[in-house]
Amino acid sequence: MSERVRQRSTLGGIPAWVAVVAAVGALLIVIPIVSLATRVDWPNFAVLVTSPSSLAALALSLRTSVASTALCVLLGVPLALVLARTSFPGKRILRALILLPLVLPPVVGGIALLAAFGRRGLLGSSLETMGVSIAFSTVAVVLAQTFVALPFLVLSLEAALRAAGSRYEAVASTLGASPSSVFRRVTLPLVLPGLVTGAVLAFARALGEFGATLTFAGSLEGVTRTLPLEIYLQRETDPDAAVALALVLVVVAVVVMIVTYGRREIR
Amino acid sequence: MRKVVLSALAVVGAVSLLAGCASPSTGSGNGASQTSVVDQTLTVFAAASLKGTFTELASEFEKSHPGVTVSLTFAGSADLVSQIIEGAPADVVAFADEKNMAKLTDAKLIRGTPQLFASNTLEIAVPRGNPADITSFQDLTKPDAKVVICAEQVPCGSATTKIEQATGITLSPVSEESAVTDVLGKVSSGEADAGLVYVTDVEAAGDAVEGITFPEAAGAVNKYPVGVTVGAAQPELAAEFATLIAGAEGQKILASAGFAKP
Repeated sequence: MSERVRQRSTLGGIPAWVAVVAAVGALLIVIPIVSLATRVDWPNFAVLVTSPSSLAALALSLRTSVASTALCVLLGVPLALVLARTSFPGKRILRALILLPLVLPPVVGGIALLAAFGRRGLLGSSLETMGVSIAFSTVAVVLAQTFVALPFLVLSLEAALRAAGSRYEAVASTLGASPSSVFRRVTLPLVLPGLVTGAVLAFARALGEFGATLTFAGSLEGVTRTLPLEIYLQRETDPDAAVALALVLVVVAVVVMIVTYGRREIR
Repeated sequence: MRKVVLSALAVVGAVSLLAGCASPSTGSGNGASQTSVVDQTLTVFAAASLKGTFTELASEFEKSHPGVTVSLTFAGSADLVSQIIEGAPADVVAFADEKNMAKLTDAKLIRGTPQLFASNTLEIAVPRGNPADITSFQDLTKPDAKVVICAEQVPCGSATTKIEQATGITLSPVSEESAVTDVLGKVSSGEADAGLVYVTDVEAAGDAVEGITFPEAAGAVNKYPVGVTVGAAQPELAAEFATLIAGAEGQKILASAGFAKP
């Protein structure tokens, strides 16, 4: 942002009305966020966000989001590579399916996860007989978060892979490098910024996950009640605490956006 | 690829816009659908547990009041209260407990005194077949039984806490949901072995769950109040609707859904 402010303002040839509509669009997002900050009970802010239940929710949210981001990287990097580099029939359909959680309401994701991993689910019923129970556990939270966050990582990384092209990789392999060492020593360093962006976005999405978690994992302090669920519950009896916690999430989101996009503002 | 990202984001945006546009039409359908000046719309905000009965009562009311459309909004009582305090237009409000109505009477948003029209008690809901073999409140403490209850912050949860305190039995639930419907959902899907919900929820769930009544439930009865708002656009119609609920016909419909007298 600061880069822009220092630059001389020009309309760059776009019609003035476009700029006006753009301003309305920006305000639509900025006004509610600013309004939220004005609702915060500042004198009690510290007390509200450090109550035992708030801290438990925050700690759980951070733990599960880190875990699901790791899972996203583990599964998303190969997925993005397959989508960016290989060709096979049905690839477009595969990509569309993988991106589906982007457009699905999270609660639908939650119901789908229940159908798969629930006690009476497709896989869950077999797991249950082996003594593994996923529903109502922290694992369920991580699964729900990974489900909704994975497309963000795959999209960012696939874009980076395509932008980087495969020339360096081709050169490396003609020089005798094995596919694995090409991946490790050429591809990965090339697309590292894209991977970081994707991971940060996935982390942010995981941190904000609500619907799928509520449907699939339940809500128990310290086990499955993440920060968004805590906010939703606090709203019933203690709106001040809900607003304070909401602001904490906004701050985290802002930091994430600055980390991800701030350094590329000039482009 | 950038295009794909943008179009995906556009789809996300469009979907949320649609979702956003779709919901208010049920809540504040005041104006746009009116075809003639005689038509009137009565807006009713009611607790989620009143969905079945109030839908039936509304169509009765529309039949006996030609030209009147009853617009119904159902949600958790606390949700509705905060919506009304924020200025949502409602003529009639009905909640699942007196505590939530008190928030509105304290804020001087209700005409006169709210009237109690029904009561509801907790019941144990178990999936069909009762896999964990639950027969009493005490059974909910079985170590291998997965029990889901409402969080203490919502009416069904505070009723649960009251029973726990009265009996000295402490439950260790696998989840504390923020809505009674979420508890029911986890039981009917078989994820949980038992849940504490209202008698009327078990009734409404049909064959998906079995209900087990327990004597300790009598210690925590939720009373349902109905009131007419100060800002009601149709105060006379609103009062008539409230009378219908408290009257013989309303009571018959409520009783058949499992509600008890207040």
